[in-house]
Amino acid sequence: MTIVVVEEDRDRAIAIVDALHASGSYDVHVIGNHSSLARRIAALAPDVVLIDIDNPTRDMLEELTLASGPLERPVAMFVSGAAGGLAREAVEAGLSAYVVDGLKPERLKPVLDAAIARFQIVRQMRSELAETRRALEERKVIDRAKGLLMKARGLQEEEAYALLRKAAMDQGRRVAEVAEALVTASGLLS
Amino acid sequence: MKTVTLPVAYVPLVDAAPLIVACEMGFAHEEGIELDLVAAPSWSSVRDMLAFGRVDAAHLLSPVPVAMALGLGGVARPLAAVSVLSVNGNVIGVGPALEARLRGIGYTFDFADAAGAAAALARVADRPLVFGVPFPFSMHVELLHYWLEASNLSRVGFEVRTVPPPLMAQALAAGDVDAFCVGEPWGSVAVEKCSGALLLPGKAIWAFAPEKVLAVRTDWAETEPHLLGKLMRAVWRAGRWLNAPERRTSVAEILSKKAYLDLPSEVIDRALTGHFTVSGQGEQRQVEGFIEFHDGVANFPWRSQAKWIAHRLATRYGLDPATARAKAGEVFRSDIYRREMSATHVDFPGASEKLEGSIRQATAVASQKGQLSLLPDAFFDGRIFDPDKV
Repeated sequence: MTIVVVEEDRDRAIAIVDALHASGSYDVHVIGNHSSLARRIAALAPDVVLIDIDNPTRDMLEELTLASGPLERPVAMFVSGAAGGLAREAVEAGLSAYVVDGLKPERLKPVLDAAIARFQIVRQMRSELAETRRALEERKVIDRAKGLLMKARGLQEEEAYALLRKAAMDQGRRVAEVAEALVTASGLLS
Repeated sequence: MKTVTLPVAYVPLVDAAPLIVACEMGFAHEEGIELDLVAAPSWSSVRDMLAFGRVDAAHLLSPVPVAMALGLGGVARPLAAVSVLSVNGNVIGVGPALEARLRGIGYTFDFADAAGAAAALARVADRPLVFGVPFPFSMHVELLHYWLEASNLSRVGFEVRTVPPPLMAQALAAGDVDAFCVGEPWGSVAVEKCSGALLLPGKAIWAFAPEKVLAVRTDWAETEPHLLGKLMRAVWRAGRWLNAPERRTSVAEILSKKAYLDLPSEVIDRALTGHFTVSGQGEQRQVEGFIEFHDGVANFPWRSQAKWIAHRLATRYGLDPATARAKAGEVFRSDIYRREMSATHVDFPGASEKLEGSIRQATAVASQKGQLSLLPDAFFDGRIFDPDKV
């Protein structure tokens, strides 16, 4: 996992990096308040960005989240004492992981856990969605292939499917692949 | 009477003056409220503080609540723009490299002619120019796109990138940006640091652009109309007070305090008087109405202004413009403005929308009490935006 820490103060940055390494094996990069911050972060494509909420360069991260979609790159933010009430609200709004007390190293672990958990939920949702889409696509292709077989060879639906499955087993391929080959071939022949 | 304290977030800029003056000159106190002004380090921070209830009101870039209503950006809490705090007040400037090239072709930095400035940039640009702006949703971005997309520069190309104004000098020096559009005092600060020359005031592109709004959460406006009214009237009186030319030196002094902008009052004074130093060579330019806090019904939140912003955003972000305009019309609350400001004997326009860009010189329009004078609101290219017929 790649983590970018946006922190100008060298001592604070070192403390954070130490705390991160103590809590797990991460690829950690530290960037100061730089005018090309957004591009540097984009180039590293981190899984989590850590930044103090009072850091003025936050507006540059705003542009990053716009470019990548708000959920794709979790930004963990640290809220200093005065703005403490923001933390719960912000997390509930699904914006990012907020934690009270500024960038204190001992607070890093829970923030990271929250940010990572969020990130994984989003990733899981996305892969589930992609999987469902793929399954739907395959179902459609198999149905079309069955229809072609039923028409061409006067088969019942179950017989058509059994034929497809047999061809797949004989060739060591998936039913969907055989179906797709049949649909493509039929398209070329017609 | 018990005094209620309202936390209000702002970014330390010249156009935060109505809030600062309302606090410093006792206008809030007269209404029986105290303002707890919270200086924010970034616009995302102002937005979050308001959206998540750390503050009840905020000094906000006018496109931010509109963008939120369109579902753009990370946060989706409904916000209401209950009044316009200031009209105009941005400057466009170029870094030293671009300044030298512009001087090389005899450009005179007239600080007035938008079409001429775009043509000059197009002549000297040998690659796409990068403009730094404070925030992705801002009048700065809208003005730059409006100004450049029909110009010759768009053939060479241009890019708009977010850079916090305090880092703009560094970004120019590092070559991350070639030019910038920022709110004052940051343009004048750039000139003082010899990291650029000013090309145009924002009003050269749109003569009456709503720059910052007084924003509150829509549900708060519904549950606390009484407090909202007090806040709106205090801020409106502050805007009227500080708009008088003879008071602008005092205003610059107040803003220059350590608690607010923490900069020499001489630098702040330039935006307030419209008397600019546009380059390190000390060239002076005068701009009438560089920033407007009161005249021409400046504080009235015209729904057509919100629709213009929404139309521009929708076109760039690939949303349906008609739906976007309809949603935006609900964000600029001319209805709340009329309701809460009626206690001040202030006069209102009869309409809540106007043809943006159609006023070429100060014009009297029908108002509830007779006639009101509106200030010119033309776009540099003479186009007119009809919010209902686009």
